[in-house]
Amino acid sequence: MTTVAVEKKITPEIIKAHGITTDEYNRILKILGREPNLTELGMFSVMWSEHCSYKNSKPILKLFSKMNAELPRQEQLLVKPGEENAGIIDIGEGWAICFKIESHNHPSAIEPFQGAATGVGGILRDIFTMGARPVLLMNSLRFGDLNQPMTQRLFKGVVAGISHYGNCMGIPTVGGEVYFDPCYEGNPLVNAMALGLIRTDEIVRGSATGIGNSVYYLGAATGRDGLGGAAFASKELSEESHEDRPAVQAGDPFMEKLLLEACLELLKTDAVVGMQDMGAAGLTCAGCETASRGNSAVEIDLKYVPRRETGMVPYEIMLSESQERMLVIVKKGRESEVERIFEKWDLHAARIGEVVPGHDYIVKDNGKIVAQIPAKALADDGPVYIREEQRPAYLNETAQLDLAKISEPKDFGATLLKLLGHPSIASKAWVWEQYDHMVRTDTVLYPGHDAALIRVKGTKKGIAVATDCNSLYVYLDPRRGGNIAVAEAARNVACTGARPVGMSNCLNYGNPMKPEIFWQFHQSVLGLIESCKALEIPVTGGNVSFYNESPQAAVFPTPTITIVGLLDDIENRVPSSFQNEGDLIFIVGETKNEIGASHYLMVEHGLQKGVPPELDLIREKKLQNFLIAAAAQKQVNSAHDTSEGGLAVALAECCLKSSKGLGAVIDGLELIRNSDLREDALYFGESQSRVVISVNASKKESVIRLAMDHDLSILPLGKVFGRELVMDKLQVPVTQLKSVFDSAIPNIMDGGLSS
Amino acid sequence: MKAAVIVFPGSNCDTDCFHALHSVMGISTEMVWHKDAVLPKVDLVVLPGGFSYGDYLRTGAIAKFSPIMDEVKKHAERGGLVLGICNGFQILLEAGLLPGAMLRNRSQHFICKHVWLKTESNQTPFTSILKPGELLNVPVAHGEGNYYCDDATLKSLQDGKQIIFSYSNEKGEVNERTNINGSRANIAGICNAKRNVLGMMPHPERASEPVLGSWDGKKLWESLLSQGGVVLR
Repeated sequence: MTTVAVEKKITPEIIKAHGITTDEYNRILKILGREPNLTELGMFSVMWSEHCSYKNSKPILKLFSKMNAELPRQEQLLVKPGEENAGIIDIGEGWAICFKIESHNHPSAIEPFQGAATGVGGILRDIFTMGARPVLLMNSLRFGDLNQPMTQRLFKGVVAGISHYGNCMGIPTVGGEVYFDPCYEGNPLVNAMALGLIRTDEIVRGSATGIGNSVYYLGAATGRDGLGGAAFASKELSEESHEDRPAVQAGDPFMEKLLLEACLELLKTDAVVGMQDMGAAGLTCAGCETASRGNSAVEIDLKYVPRRETGMVPYEIMLSESQERMLVIVKKGRESEVERIFEKWDLHAARIGEVVPGHDYIVKDNGKIVAQIPAKALADDGPVYIREEQRPAYLNETAQLDLAKISEPKDFGATLLKLLGHPSIASKAWVWEQYDHMVRTDTVLYPGHDAALIRVKGTKKGIAVATDCNSLYVYLDPRRGGNIAVAEAARNVACTGARPVGMSNCLNYGNPMKPEIFWQFHQSVLGLIESCKALEIPVTGGNVSFYNESPQAAVFPTPTITIVGLLDDIENRVPSSFQNEGDLIFIVGETKNEIGASHYLMVEHGLQKGVPPELDLIREKKLQNFLIAAAAQKQVNSAHDTSEGGLAVALAECCLKSSKGLGAVIDGLELIRNSDLREDALYFGESQSRVVISVNASKKESVIRLAMDHDLSILPLGKVFGRELVMDKLQVPVTQLKSVFDSAIPNIMDGGLSS
Repeated sequence: MKAAVIVFPGSNCDTDCFHALHSVMGISTEMVWHKDAVLPKVDLVVLPGGFSYGDYLRTGAIAKFSPIMDEVKKHAERGGLVLGICNGFQILLEAGLLPGAMLRNRSQHFICKHVWLKTESNQTPFTSILKPGELLNVPVAHGEGNYYCDDATLKSLQDGKQIIFSYSNEKGEVNERTNINGSRANIAGICNAKRNVLGMMPHPERASEPVLGSWDGKKLWESLLSQGGVVLR
């Protein structure tokens, strides 16, 4: 038996302090055949935390893989979810895309700037670890009521942190979404997404193979920052959480930029066997995962690990989450070649060990073994729990919505302006003008459209990306809310003319030990899967963030969805706003008497009640096919889906986002009206699978025929005209719409519109 | 015409400049690593945007010590063309090739958006095809673009007609309301007394193709290609 150094006797208190249960500890004893020492216990605690092991979510997440296996076009999925750091999809002509979205909620709640910044840093490393060059960033952010000073502080800090990191890296942040709701008070959600481009024959695996190959440590020196961050992310935030500040890492985007360039240059040499970033659980995770994937053993000696603090013990070095560090496995004999590249970029690089026979992760300190654990046990064989579920009681109450008691607005124009001025609907230019959204000169549709769109230089292709989740829907009906999250993100992508090709998710919930929370989680995932299956969109990967609870309550269940779409010819792209005076406006899709769960109900009547709108996935698929065909045939000049705020807000956005401030005269509402339809549902209801399009008058017949060929309802609403939005019950100058829309957030954050 | 784009650690508009010069304009262009001691024989040297050395200390403050900068200075002294964009402009200020300094934007935020630039002088090789007062729609993307200089320097820039671009609106009005970042006299770009070194905060390389929504920036490259008064090596 191996002799492993024992620094300190393990007591039940120490075990408990590491968040390890008695059952889990017994499992550790069985794996090791002896008691672990403190370093080993620490390594198990981070690897078996929810954040790294998905122990509470695995049985549910498996459903995504099962769904993938039933989809057509399997061959496009080059790397499946869970196999590597990110999934990869073939987009043709030798190119593939690699993308992922991940949460950094807890660090951002404690230290918004660094928390958000390192969230961006982490997601970028996941992408370039695979050998892909990151070409865009997006994010999905949730905060409490923006009128609260605490929310303003968090919002400002998070946006500045994302801006700081992404801008310095030179990767455009091309869009995202921001919602404000009191349920996120004190527990903001910060989900960062990155997408990279890679040649299909240059994909790098995160595995350590080949006995004798060298293990290199590359990048920033190790300090005590982020000690045990993965374990920290796996517990609820409490009043004392601010004392956890050392668990929040500090980011250095300049170091990461050097790492990015050096790693991509390294991969060109073919001297690299595998690469893995040191993110959550740091050196522990990187070492055991590469060994586990490579079905090999890795041995390192901590004396070679560059440190930025003195007196660090093995426990601290193994658990540190210092940022901007990579583990690189280099072919034996090729070391000098890669060292030249490290030197060119002035990077710290140290050979800290090698691939050895066996299956253990062996950690030495000055030659003395301080940890020896089977790599697979750490990386893959963590405990898995099937949690108890229970339908929450609140649903009985929220489902009761007596429409007869809801009065219609007296002034529809005033209600429209109120909706446009709600921070969740209002312009996010205050946010995205702080992000460099144009660097790399590929951004073709800027933030503010239904989806962002970048070109792929050297091809005609475009890549469209949208993130979405209406968490109020998910709260009021997790399954349907899950359905809609996917459908809407895919619809946003289809509005640009792109065909959805892949989905990644970031699943944010409260404490999974609570049966009601776990039920929300399970039901909403089933909803996501139903939509992906119906729309034939494979899932490339995901991330789960539990324990999103403040002292008051859990956040709304928020499965943030990213859909990536492919546009065969960038010249066929479709913007979301009106383009030309005189164009005809149509609505495609059916309007129903639905105001439950709407922003209208919330903003005008102060109610978060009712059930979300119905969604017919077959109809949704037809609508998206129509949008893709219409773009390819150059039939439409704009396409914008109706979402929060319904038809009136969608039309207002088409006007106010047009570069010329174009108005619209809507005289076709009578065609939509029927005896069951309330006027507020017509204007502000959020019926699904609907899109407002504008077309050249000469295309009128052909566009109607195309919609009918797709078995869709299409009705003429009016035309682009003048400088006012005119509907039966309202008439508002576009300048006024724009002013309310543009100034809502700056008014709160800067006390008025700045330059 | 031949061009070189200098790559500092942390440069991130280097490939964008290369793309605009080489792929869009067909100018023979090479990327030059900042540690190189020799500058290839070129007519134009571009210092691209980005965060050289992570903006540590001050923007551009460390990049000026890169080995290649001695060569860039000699190139400028010989009358060779030097264009510093964004962080490149900041480096030119730090290196003393242009006067003044950069402060944080007045709003304290990073600003990325399209702005209107008024051409204050077409008497440079970079602006020769522009009409005096011509308006260009070009994006900015910076956190520290608030140009500062003392009164004497400002007067000498004005007297020497060295202010090349100023922040305006679509009507060509230049005033405090159109001053996006608090720069003195709305300065967006200046040249040296010999008029062969131009520094500007806006990014012409981001406005060189219709697919990007604006191609006004292309006029700078076209000016360089259609050289009137200035003889290129």
